[in-house]
Amino acid sequence: MTLYFLNFVLLIIGLYALVVKRHIVKKILGVAIMEYAVNLFLILLGFRKSGIAPILTEDMDLRTFIHTAVDPLPQALVLTSIVIGLGTLALMVAMAIRLYERYGTFDMDEIKRLRG
Amino acid sequence: MYEEKQSGMTFIVKTITNLMIGFMLVFGAYVVLYGHITPGGGFPGGVMIALAYILVTLAYGRKVVESMVSGVTGSIADDVGALVILILGFIGLIIGGTFLFNFLPKGTPFSLFSAGYIIIYNLAIMLKVGMSLYIVFLALAILQRVVTTREENKGDKK
Amino acid sequence: MDVIFLLHLLLTFMIIGAFITVEIKNMLSAVISIGAVGFALSMTFLFLGAPDIAITQVIVEILSLILLIRATVNVDNVAIEEKGESVFHNRTALIFVGIILVFAWIAFKSLPPFGEPLMRVSNYYLSNGLTLVGATNFVTSVILDFRAYDTFGEAMVLFVSISGAFAILRRWKREQHKDFLRIDREH
Repeated sequence: MTLYFLNFVLLIIGLYALVVKRHIVKKILGVAIMEYAVNLFLILLGFRKSGIAPILTEDMDLRTFIHTAVDPLPQALVLTSIVIGLGTLALMVAMAIRLYERYGTFDMDEIKRLRG
Repeated sequence: MYEEKQSGMTFIVKTITNLMIGFMLVFGAYVVLYGHITPGGGFPGGVMIALAYILVTLAYGRKVVESMVSGVTGSIADDVGALVILILGFIGLIIGGTFLFNFLPKGTPFSLFSAGYIIIYNLAIMLKVGMSLYIVFLALAILQRVVTTREENKGDKK
Repeated sequence: MDVIFLLHLLLTFMIIGAFITVEIKNMLSAVISIGAVGFALSMTFLFLGAPDIAITQVIVEILSLILLIRATVNVDNVAIEEKGESVFHNRTALIFVGIILVFAWIAFKSLPPFGEPLMRVSNYYLSNGLTLVGATNFVTSVILDFRAYDTFGEAMVLFVSISGAFAILRRWKREQHKDFLRIDREH
């Protein structure tokens, strides 16, 4: 239960960086921290105490495996989510580089003031 | 004039790249092909293959890696990966009645050719993910050259 | 050492690392510290019984570090001094954060207790996975057979985001040619 709460604190730190900071790359780092927190929450939901990974090996009995395996469904959701987070990070970095070339600064307040 | 322009990084980095790239590609292929037996699958394997080519881009410069796998080849491989998944889906629709029905034989567990079409699906995902990340990195590396050119031009005009 | 105690330790390390990332002035240090957070997250995944996810997180962390360093290092890599950040801004943010944390604590009490997952759907996947699919890695059998359509959709999302990155970066080639043409005409 405290693990869920600590994970939520991580999410709030990321949200704080996204909203309050002015430098664009700091905002991108805030989004990355929020993605870590969300993926970790999904995996924490599926954890079983003294459980084993959901991969069958040759010397394992199927019945005991079903009763001690960790939930495989959240892991399936998170696996694609991590790689897509990388794709959107690439898109954000491309936008940040482009904004720098256009306005000469990374500061969002300056960019909001200079138009065109 | 005997000097030639050194592109890329120092000699140490280039030597280590020469040694490492074979291992990285083989390990990435292993993670993809045995994805239904050991942890891994198409997604981490694809990113590992992209990382191997990105290492060559960082160590040798853009021209060398474009002679190995050019941007156009990467883009075509990316599209081939997506098309293979569509084709598998439609064949499943024709044979089994639902889209992406698993139509190949199940086989015995723990062997390489078990679990239906999962191995083909993993290879398609590897092409998709790996080549997408590789061509995005090439585009960002091209931009660096444009950035320095623009700054030099500004200096000349002043 | 107990696994639960190790998980608390790793999460505290990640919170401290995230706090350093957000507050430090030098951008290169911020990028390095988010790398530390990512690797600690991969260790956390390993202790939670998810080796697929741990491998993917390490690899993706390395690539995102390369991209972030590319974004910060070709300019002067000191962060803009956040001069005159309004105190009103900071204080209201902190008050609302406090309120949200209180409500979150109340909300997390209604989840099932940690370590006893419900697994209503996953019981079907674990019991019938070996006979229906034949793969021994049950995570792969979930994403590539039971839920193959969702994986297809995720591959399309990756396609769209990479095309978007290209559409943003693509205009530079024409402008580069224009600059070169201008130089040739001047000489």
